[in-house]
Amino acid sequence: MNKNFKPFINGIVTENPTFVLMLGMCPTLAVTTSAVNGLGMGLTTTAVLVLSNMVISLLRKLIPDSVRIPAFIVIIASFVTIVEMLLEAYLPSLYDSLGIYIPLIVVNCIILGRAEAFASKNNLIASFFDGLGMGLGFTLGLTSIGIVRELLGNGEIFEIAVMPKGYQPLTIFILAPGAFMVLAFLVALLNKLREKKGKPPIEIGSCSGENCSSCMMDCCESKNIRQTPKAKIKAKKVKKVKAVKAEEEEVKDE
Amino acid sequence: MSELIAIAIGSAFINNVVLSQFLGICPFLGVSKKVKTAAGMGGAVVFVITLASFVAGIIYKFLLLPLNITYLQTIVFILVIAALVQFVEMFLKKKMKGLYNALGVYLPLITTNCAVLGVALTNVTKEYGILEGVVNGFATATGFLISIVILAGIREKIEYNNIPKSFKGTPIVLLTACLMAMAFFGFAGLK
Repeated sequence: MNKNFKPFINGIVTENPTFVLMLGMCPTLAVTTSAVNGLGMGLTTTAVLVLSNMVISLLRKLIPDSVRIPAFIVIIASFVTIVEMLLEAYLPSLYDSLGIYIPLIVVNCIILGRAEAFASKNNLIASFFDGLGMGLGFTLGLTSIGIVRELLGNGEIFEIAVMPKGYQPLTIFILAPGAFMVLAFLVALLNKLREKKGKPPIEIGSCSGENCSSCMMDCCESKNIRQTPKAKIKAKKVKKVKAVKAEEEEVKDE
Repeated sequence: MSELIAIAIGSAFINNVVLSQFLGICPFLGVSKKVKTAAGMGGAVVFVITLASFVAGIIYKFLLLPLNITYLQTIVFILVIAALVQFVEMFLKKKMKGLYNALGVYLPLITTNCAVLGVALTNVTKEYGILEGVVNGFATATGFLISIVILAGIREKIEYNNIPKSFKGTPIVLLTACLMAMAFFGFAGLK
């Protein structure tokens, strides 16, 4: 039991997807205009993550290795569709405020990343707790960012007024620029804390470093795909090779 | 015609895909260190999104709607996009070497770019026809191209600035994006 419980704590604290791994930035920026939206998005993602982790773990020996990514995507997309329909039927207000970001859970790299890094290698119970831990860690991140933005931008937390009456809300925090600003200060704060512990600063959207193995599916996947054309081009004109290589190196540098 | 222009300006500037809808944040932050690579990525995105919104529009109109299975749109679209990117890469490699050398490196990175799926789904929710959908897709992707090239240009200059240590790297880029988002609010006056 203890062994299975470890991934749960891991997802919430040591590998928190929002504060440590910095994954799934699109929903993090987009739906945290209020604490309720952040919580709703987090729990929706958790539901999809737990269900897809469990099914992928059960099917891990049946899915051939070469087609695993499309198979994972179909499983994830099916659960997203189910959850979307349930939300539309039972929580229409949340469904309306999250809008297009519900179907876009499919391309949230946390889910595909956990499927690839954990569920496809571990048993059902461990995968369940891993999904739950990662999902709740994501929920925690979204809700806390949502609380900050709602408090500064609206003077409320969970739609309850907490600021004194004379407070003039800084509306910019619930608009698009506020999302970037809050995240910028969050990353700066985390970098400051990491610096004290001697860890490297956080890089979003780069596939170098430790994050690559656990997630960043798009980058890792493309690296494998890219090797084939690279090898073939090598046989061609030297000039072209140089140009292509320079470009590839540039991309790698990014 | 004026309707199409309104859609184009709306998606490219007023509701900019990155700065106001937060789609495609990963490439926006990750591939924007140099203007040249940013332009390459932007070009590949324009190409793929325009094509994907055309194909997704056709599949939605002639397959999902007649069979009354529109609830499968998310699954169908993501698979179509993934397959499409693969085919485009193979086609360019065989037939159009120049374009492949310019865009090839970026194509696989686009499969999981949420802007592509986002545009296909927006076209459905806004009930655009195929032509309107393609225009919307092209304009959205152009918005992405514009914002990533501007960000890359600013980042090239930022390299030489004196920034507090904890703000180096990602935070200053996010603050730049914040200021760009504020600037893009000015386009709301175009409505």
